[in-house]
Amino acid sequence: MKKTFKITTPEGLHARPSALLVTAVTPFECDVLLTYNDKSVNLKSIMGVMALGILPGSIVAISAEGADADKLIQTVSDIMITKGIGEEC
Amino acid sequence: MLEIRGIAVSEGIALANAYCLMEPDLTFERVTIADINTELTRFKAAVVQTKAELQEIYTIAQGKFGDEEAAIFAAHQLLLEDPEMLAAIEGKINIGISAEYALDEVSKMFIAMFEGIDNEYMQERAADIRDVSKRLLAHLLGVELPDISRLSSDVIIVAEDLTPSMTAQLDTKYVKGFITDIGGRTSHSAILARTLGIPAIVGTKTATQVIKQGAPIIMDGINGKILLDATAEISQFYVRQQQIQQQLQGELNQFRSLPSISADGLRVEIAGNIGKPEDVEMVNNAGGDGIGLFRTEFLYMERQESPNEEEQFTAYRTVLEKMQGKPTIVRTLDIGGDKNLPYFKLPVEMNPFLGYRAIRICLSHQEMFRTQLRALLRASAFGNLKIMFPMIATLDEFRLAKALLLEEKDHLKSEGILVSETIEVGIMIEIPSAAMIADIFAKEVDFFSIGTNDLIQYTLATDRMNENVSYLYQPYHPAILRLIKTVIDAAHQHDKWVGMCGEMAGDEVAIPILLALGLDEFSMTASSILKTRAQIAKYSQKQLLQHIEPILKLSTASEVEEYVKKYLIIHR
Repeated sequence: MKKTFKITTPEGLHARPSALLVTAVTPFECDVLLTYNDKSVNLKSIMGVMALGILPGSIVAISAEGADADKLIQTVSDIMITKGIGEEC
Repeated sequence: MLEIRGIAVSEGIALANAYCLMEPDLTFERVTIADINTELTRFKAAVVQTKAELQEIYTIAQGKFGDEEAAIFAAHQLLLEDPEMLAAIEGKINIGISAEYALDEVSKMFIAMFEGIDNEYMQERAADIRDVSKRLLAHLLGVELPDISRLSSDVIIVAEDLTPSMTAQLDTKYVKGFITDIGGRTSHSAILARTLGIPAIVGTKTATQVIKQGAPIIMDGINGKILLDATAEISQFYVRQQQIQQQLQGELNQFRSLPSISADGLRVEIAGNIGKPEDVEMVNNAGGDGIGLFRTEFLYMERQESPNEEEQFTAYRTVLEKMQGKPTIVRTLDIGGDKNLPYFKLPVEMNPFLGYRAIRICLSHQEMFRTQLRALLRASAFGNLKIMFPMIATLDEFRLAKALLLEEKDHLKSEGILVSETIEVGIMIEIPSAAMIADIFAKEVDFFSIGTNDLIQYTLATDRMNENVSYLYQPYHPAILRLIKTVIDAAHQHDKWVGMCGEMAGDEVAIPILLALGLDEFSMTASSILKTRAQIAKYSQKQLLQHIEPILKLSTASEVEEYVKKYLIIHR
């Protein structure tokens, strides 16, 4: 499962939006990666996500493998949109 | 019994245990370990404890400051759940490195990584990792970190100095007094103490070295004395003194519902200075006639990004509504000098008080400034708002600031938003250049508010943070009195009014002089309002006027002080 998003928060993917995403995906069983500029990090790692320094307007891909991957991607999508972090593209 | 002396900057007596704000000893031996499983268990237990502690801090911060500001502690908790960081630390423990050593190595690596990113925000996140690692390390070592946002019993805070951000975090419910090594009358701890109505003694030089954590101490904030290991008799004496003080306060309380008026019928306004919307309660409890200074920078501090228009609007509206039509003067953002924002990097300057601060920043960061102006204008429909600009040195600055205000007003009105048509717009008089041409300003502004803390600092060229020159911080210096007279006379010639929102407005010696000079509004910390009203009630302005000429002819600050104390301070 894979979906791409355009980051729309004015400050980019900083601590607060990152924290929202990491918190949401942590309970899931499957592994999840966030890919940005050819670099992939574990979306369950706030350090990993923040270290990418993702700027507003960036395109990121979220990919998940495993039993609950569909549900995870749906959750990420919901949070991106309802919290104004990003939009699907 | 041991006695320490300092400068008494906020009156009162306190008896409580010392709470020393010192960097704790977090050193450890870099050892290898044999029992890996025990070490892993120990590490995991420390993580659980740290997370629980952060959850507690989060809840407190949420209740006190709201979701936005508490979010940082949620992010700190996430760092402790971070699989990359935990795996790296556990990996090191698994090869026989102690938990403390492993944590230190891994956090240093992450800190270096974040600091290496060419982005200021990311570099600041390194500070979060450092903070969390320190908390975790303290748990591993069984050392307690000082945490002023979570107190559970009465304490007297002992610190080298208190920074503005520390004062913002402070759980004031249990704080009974402040003792600091450095600082003066206008240091943050002093101002906060007067706001809270608790004693403060600053400039003790040695308090943090002499006073032990948790030691019972007595502070005499009237005479600037701190007593350690006091005998039972001495303690009893101070308990009685404390009761007498409370009784005096009770007598002052009768002035709460009385007007601010001199013995011969001159009405003045005695207002309060506030930093946060909740401070309004203290001003209202003291029967203040208004808010003479709302320091809006506190809305911008202790957070990760500047407050948006909506948040500011809510804060201003809350204050205006709570003041129920009483005049409320809001000062636009005054950062720089000693006040910094974590998300707004200011250049390091040789002379920050003479540098990029207050209106100077606002006029060059107009977007930020316009956001504040819009929030203020929207709030104006809910009360009696007056706006003032800080650090005005030239007429051009005032004209530009006012033009931006009017532009935003037009925008809002064209959007159909209700804006008051009677907002007075004034300036702070803090810079001698503005004081000297007050007659020119008086034609264009609606009012002046004299900010004496800065006016004194700039007139006597004395850094108020520098202890070596603190003797030059002289409110009664003849030059200061003459500048104040110049400003008041110029304003009155143009039918404008003058307030004062510096420490001097609530100063017993200055009050009769200011009253005689015709000051219209006195704005001070809430705890001084009743005392000032009681003092003013004793004076006849006409009689005071006979003293003003001789006072203005005196040559030194100490002569002025002596004169006033001799002839104009009326004791019961």
